[in-house]
Amino acid sequence: MSYKVLVFVKQVPDTQNISGDAMTPEGTVNRAALPAIFNPEDLNALEMALDIKDRFGAEVIVATMGMPAAAEVLRQSIYRGADRAILVTDRALAGADTLATSYTLSCCAKYVGNCDLILCGRQAIDGDTAQVGPQIAEKLKIPQLCYVEEVKNIAGGKITARRAIEGGYEILESPMPALLTVIDANLPRPMNAKRIMKYKRAKTPSEIAKAVPDAEQAAAVKAELAAKGLLITELNASDIKAAPERIGFPGSPTKVKQVMSVVLTAGEAKKIEPTAAGIAGLIHELISDHTLG
Amino acid sequence: MSETIGNVWVFIEQEGGKIAGVSLQLVSKGRELADRLGVKLEGILLGNNVAGCAKELYQYGCDKVILAEDPRLEPFTVMPYAKVIMDLIRERKPNILLFGATLKGRELAPRVASEKMAGLTADCTSLEIDDFDDKRNQKFYKDKLMQIRPAFGGNIIATIVNTWDDPQMVTVREGVMKLGEADPSRTGELEKVEVKLSDAETVVKVIERVRADKEVDLQGAQIIVSGGYGVGSKENFKLIHALAEAIGGEVAASRAAVDAGWISHDYQVGQTGVTVRPRLYIACGISGAIQHRAGMSESKKIIAINNDPNAPIFSCAHYAIVGDLNAVIPQMIKAFKAKQ
Repeated sequence: MSYKVLVFVKQVPDTQNISGDAMTPEGTVNRAALPAIFNPEDLNALEMALDIKDRFGAEVIVATMGMPAAAEVLRQSIYRGADRAILVTDRALAGADTLATSYTLSCCAKYVGNCDLILCGRQAIDGDTAQVGPQIAEKLKIPQLCYVEEVKNIAGGKITARRAIEGGYEILESPMPALLTVIDANLPRPMNAKRIMKYKRAKTPSEIAKAVPDAEQAAAVKAELAAKGLLITELNASDIKAAPERIGFPGSPTKVKQVMSVVLTAGEAKKIEPTAAGIAGLIHELISDHTLG
Repeated sequence: MSETIGNVWVFIEQEGGKIAGVSLQLVSKGRELADRLGVKLEGILLGNNVAGCAKELYQYGCDKVILAEDPRLEPFTVMPYAKVIMDLIRERKPNILLFGATLKGRELAPRVASEKMAGLTADCTSLEIDDFDDKRNQKFYKDKLMQIRPAFGGNIIATIVNTWDDPQMVTVREGVMKLGEADPSRTGELEKVEVKLSDAETVVKVIERVRADKEVDLQGAQIIVSGGYGVGSKENFKLIHALAEAIGGEVAASRAAVDAGWISHDYQVGQTGVTVRPRLYIACGISGAIQHRAGMSESKKIIAINNDPNAPIFSCAHYAIVGDLNAVIPQMIKAFKAKQ
């Protein structure tokens, strides 16, 4: 039998590699200058799904919630081996916190329907909260296996997986459907050259509309891509039957009261010469004020 | 407001009856918040045969320990824990609920928050009580929990407020809140509650469990000598050990050194490692990415040794040594031994 595996991915600003170009003269981060990347642990989740496909047989569906530009991570998923992709995009989703996001994604999972497994990265590097995965599992009332390193087996309606715990690991067995959050414990496969050639024209309706302003022509392009299996599914909030009061800003209980940029100030560090005399002076000072000794 | 506000709760994490350090730190913080609000501080303790933990919790500030014991609560699995905590929340309506941002806390808190439809803020670095005037929605909230956390890779600090259902829920990383003094004379009340679990919450089975206590306790260390990628090799990490041994400190490392395989993850300081606040932190060959600084910038004194004068580590250092650590560290050992 073939399993149905849904992978949630996210396009994120690359907060881990902030170069000098992305810093303003005031020492704060210029977010617009940060490149958008595939959230690293979501690549681990995708790899785990593709590995499940290789070992046990599965259809791998990748979905993301985001701006129309997030279609890029969906194409990259297809290049790596995903069977199909879904973009959930809607202005009404803006301002979502983790509760509203997990609700929206749970609606997307229900839209896809009958998933045996839902995989996501443990956390996204723009927020590092690790909350969305467990919250999707709760909304769907299914078990969650967090920090999964490796799928051991899938058989008889159950999944066995190894996951990290503080100071060690556990092997857990859970009935399916289940949600797994995946950590950086596998090596994501590279994009496949043949698949890039085959799917590089894959587009969402939004992307077609942007590239082809004439509505009639756009419809023709859309029909052509759909016939070739190159049309990426695009859904809005009502398509996935998401209740307006539970999505975006209105659906988010946490409000941001204040945001302050962290400014890297020139420190008031006392300069110590790397000489025997300089270092002896430092050690003397630290012993005198009882920091050392 | 005529309504009385609920109590402050701390989820008490334990492993084999030993309370997690972060839980005691949160009891200390919770005590402050409860005093500020004029409510009680209650520890929520789950497990099997763990009643012995209660005494320590009173000593650090709990007025009461709510104890849920059941064989199905050992070892920890998330769904039974979430069920027990949800039942307690529905019945008792706490105002604030604090979790340690451990692996357990970070999978349990969101499951609970999702069911309660409450906001949850991860990895808070500071918690305060203040009013919130929400101009956008024209609502005024009195005495709310200000949930302060870094975001965007640590490049901004956001103050977040939960405006929906109580409890106001947050997670806090180990070492971020200060542990208060234990008062051996302090006592409290122990209340045992009935555990109601059905088959639905116990479907996940632990087939095998392998764990060991950490090799090192950096939390309690007063002097830390930490090595980064600039140390250059596993072999050269001996220098870090030598300096630590000479001055009576513990060895630690940055993520880059751990990723390079020079030392185990137990020794890692920073956002994905341990947060430390020793009397002295010596950063050797550590560039000082924000993720590392987040775990050590509260140290009382920081010495940074780096051959790059523009390394960000110097921005939080008290003493800057621009030079080759291979020359500087032996000189430090020599100078210390000479002074003794």
